Amino acid sequence: MCGIVGIFSKSPAIADRLGEHAARMLLQLSSRGPDSAGLAIYREPVPAGSTKLSLSAPGGEVDWPAVGRELAAAFAVPRVDVIAPGHAVVVVEAGAEEALAWLAERRPDLRVMSAGRSIEIYKEAVSPAEFVTRLGIETLQGSHALGHTRMATESHVTTEGAHPFSTGLDLCLVHNGSLSNHNRLRRSLQREGIVFATENDSEVAAGYLTWRLREGASLERALEGCLEDLDGFYTFAVGTADGFAVLRDPIACKPAVMAETDDWVAIASEYRALAVLPGAADAHVWEPEPARVYSWGTTVLA
Amino acid sequence: MSTANPTTRAEQVDLELQTLRECNASLHAAAGDPAAARSWRVLNPGGRHSIAAGIDAQLEVEIEGHVGYYCAGMNQHAAVRVRGNCGVGVAENIMSGSVVVEGNASQSAAATGRGGLVVVRGDAAARCAISLKGADVVVRGSIGHMGAFMAQRGRLVVCGDAGDALGDSLYEARLYVRGSVAGLGADCVEKELRDEHVIELRALLERAGIVDVDATSFRRYGSERRLYAFDVDDAIASASTPR
Repeated sequence: MCGIVGIFSKSPAIADRLGEHAARMLLQLSSRGPDSAGLAIYREPVPAGSTKLSLSAPGGEVDWPAVGRELAAAFAVPRVDVIAPGHAVVVVEAGAEEALAWLAERRPDLRVMSAGRSIEIYKEAVSPAEFVTRLGIETLQGSHALGHTRMATESHVTTEGAHPFSTGLDLCLVHNGSLSNHNRLRRSLQREGIVFATENDSEVAAGYLTWRLREGASLERALEGCLEDLDGFYTFAVGTADGFAVLRDPIACKPAVMAETDDWVAIASEYRALAVLPGAADAHVWEPEPARVYSWGTTVLA
Repeated sequence: MSTANPTTRAEQVDLELQTLRECNASLHAAAGDPAAARSWRVLNPGGRHSIAAGIDAQLEVEIEGHVGYYCAGMNQHAAVRVRGNCGVGVAENIMSGSVVVEGNASQSAAATGRGGLVVVRGDAAARCAISLKGADVVVRGSIGHMGAFMAQRGRLVVCGDAGDALGDSLYEARLYVRGSVAGLGADCVEKELRDEHVIELRALLERAGIVDVDATSFRRYGSERRLYAFDVDDAIASASTPR
């Protein structure tokens, strides 16, 4: 099972209440994924030269002001926002590579959920309802968001195994399905220097996209590569700085439905998650075709 | 609770006010109650699953909006109409009666249907009429890949195009496609469209309420019967001689 949702705002009215819409979509798909929930939301982009990082701590007990002081000794740190216990967003005036290297060396206890200029990723091994409340998802504003409700099949129920997975700067992946060749593919990707934190099959798909993009493929080419190199069932939704893309495997075992109005574009595993959006009854609704890349956002595939 | 409309005597169920279980229980109860309304409207379906599944009565049910999975599954005798799109498995295992979808249908529409008529006014996605066992399925638009996979009996009419692997491992179902076929599945071949098939098609289109499509413009596809080794005499022999 598992449920995926995504919403891309085309109007300020939707962007102002993006978290609320995404939360309602996630709750509709609780029955498809009661184990864990997560959300990637693109909001409040930081200026060029700065990097925004979503950090989380496995135990939830972190002295965030102390993390801020340590960071401030190394970088100019405009802000440390504590979102919930164990979750904070940090903005540093430094490039992503520099910031990530510092974190890996000085605070390896902190997990980097996402890095970029606008992305923030939150995920927890709790029910979608608990997740939405704990992280205060409904209060967030933003341009677009991808979310996931998980029913684990291929690996353990852990926060690391929850989605979305970061696949590079301002990039993320959510996956509904299961991959059969993830062990072999993980080994090949490890030889290419991609690092994995779990035995999770979706993390391998994320690592595969990270690798293809790192090697210079466009997002469209990287997704098309999945059709050849991944064996298994999948509906993928990939978030980028300014939009999102959707791909289903050629057999299309896993569901997906899309809808568009003048105010938003959305994807979900089931229509009931779209039905809660304003104007859904009059939306253009369709099922994405298998093995075809769909995308929204001006430069999403560039 | 349900409110009767005195002019048409259509009973209304609003899924924003009542649970799905109450809705379906009302439809099932009408089967054994001759005094119950024969005409029903379901409001605010909101993509919920299994709406109007398991009806066994000559009811008319109109669903005003999009539905989730397995809508009108196992239908017997009822005429169900969905004024919207359907999720996976609409009219799965339909036994008799009719299910009309005014929008598009997702995967596995009319799967394993044994009798009755399923009409999709829009498009149907992958695996339409999979394992069909005697129902008739008429799609005004196009269908996705693996249509009529392992279909055993019944008829599938597609006024638009068919996706890849049409009729893979087909048994004795008859397939009619007016547009292009992306590819035929194993053991599925094109066959001559004879007069008897045109007559059959005309009747099917008429029953589906499709008046603007010429029955002679279809191509017929069926099993080449090389993949399966079924012989009716074997069935009779094995039934009489246990082994």
